[in-house]
Amino acid sequence: MADFKFDLVSPERRLAQMDATEVQIPGADGDMTAMADHAPTITTLRPGILTVTHAGGVEDYVVSGGFAEITGTGVSVLAEKAFPKSEATAEQMEKLVADATVAFEAAKASGNGADEADMVRNAMVEVAAAVA
Amino acid sequence: MANLKVLKNRIASVKSTRKITKAMQMVAAAKLRRAQEAAEMSRPYTERFNAVMAGLAASAGGEGSPKLLSGTGSDNVHLLVVMTSERGLCGGFNGNIAKNAKAHAAKLLAAGKTVKIVTVGKKGRDSMKRDLGDHFIAHVDLSEVKRIGYDNAQDIARDVLGRFDAAEFDVATIFYAKFQNVVTQIPTAQQIIPFEAPEGAEADDSTLYDYEPSEEAILADLLPRAVATQIFAALLENGASEQGARMSAMDNATRNAGEMIDKLTIQYNRSRQAVITNELIEIISGAEAL
Repeated sequence: MADFKFDLVSPERRLAQMDATEVQIPGADGDMTAMADHAPTITTLRPGILTVTHAGGVEDYVVSGGFAEITGTGVSVLAEKAFPKSEATAEQMEKLVADATVAFEAAKASGNGADEADMVRNAMVEVAAAVA
Repeated sequence: MANLKVLKNRIASVKSTRKITKAMQMVAAAKLRRAQEAAEMSRPYTERFNAVMAGLAASAGGEGSPKLLSGTGSDNVHLLVVMTSERGLCGGFNGNIAKNAKAHAAKLLAAGKTVKIVTVGKKGRDSMKRDLGDHFIAHVDLSEVKRIGYDNAQDIARDVLGRFDAAEFDVATIFYAKFQNVVTQIPTAQQIIPFEAPEGAEADDSTLYDYEPSEEAILADLLPRAVATQIFAALLENGASEQGARMSAMDNATRNAGEMIDKLTIQYNRSRQAVITNELIEIISGAEAL
């Protein structure tokens, strides 16, 4: 399988930079898997688990908020929050769910973007369940 | 003799001041390295983000685009977000940022616009409140924050966006100091609402992207994040600039203290010598009188 460049960056650090064969991205409209020579695409992310397959194995990352830029030769994922799934702790996930819930309540109260916030919250709960 | 005692005390006190400024300089140097690393780490994200935003803004801008991009249609009310440090003793760092912001505010006021000010960092608040107290609306306290994280930037962005949604202002500009090197920090003003791609963000329009869900939806999702990203980048730049400014200020202070000690020591030795000479004269003239 052909390799392509994979980048995962958060505002605070670069989490991964490697050659990968396959990246599964939790897109806002559903999961998508990018491989080499994928059509150039930009998609926003929902909270979820990003799976990278590379020559040395498979790695999972928890990502939330941001977008992925896919080109024929590489994938860059810019996530506001990102960390390896293996480093995720129950408290951390609880906090993320709590934050998402607060954001949802705020959005509902303002009557603005409640559906999106609800989607984010549900996705976050799902991720938390998957990590636990 | 009293004079000698005073001089001796002076020297001792300047010496201890020098020790303190020396220590502060070394602490600032260590912190500067960490701040620079943090700024370095965030660069890949900011650069990619700005490049994609610039591309999106160029293609999706125009009629019916979100207000964060196209503006509210007027520019009567300006929000100035002035970012400074929480601590002093860093040379002209805070003063320069405040001066830049004040000059900007004065220009806007002269043009008949309304100015609102939000400050981040205690030093800027004090200075802005003194001169432009009537326009001051809020303050963000980061004095408890040890290490600036993206969360801090998000909190500030949320506050700013909330005010924007409530139609409290039309244009928002952030003021901070860009880190050039240890001796130079450039006070910078950057407009964040409506979105303006920062200088150097080149949109590569060679690739045509598919957008999921849609170009507009992505733009609407990313614009608020762009505000947070720019604020975060500015906070990190400011962090590095603050430590750089403190380092060079403390370096100067240490050198000045050294010069002062030399001068005082010479003075001390001279007056000690004078006292000895005086005593000798007294003894000799006493002996001669006999």
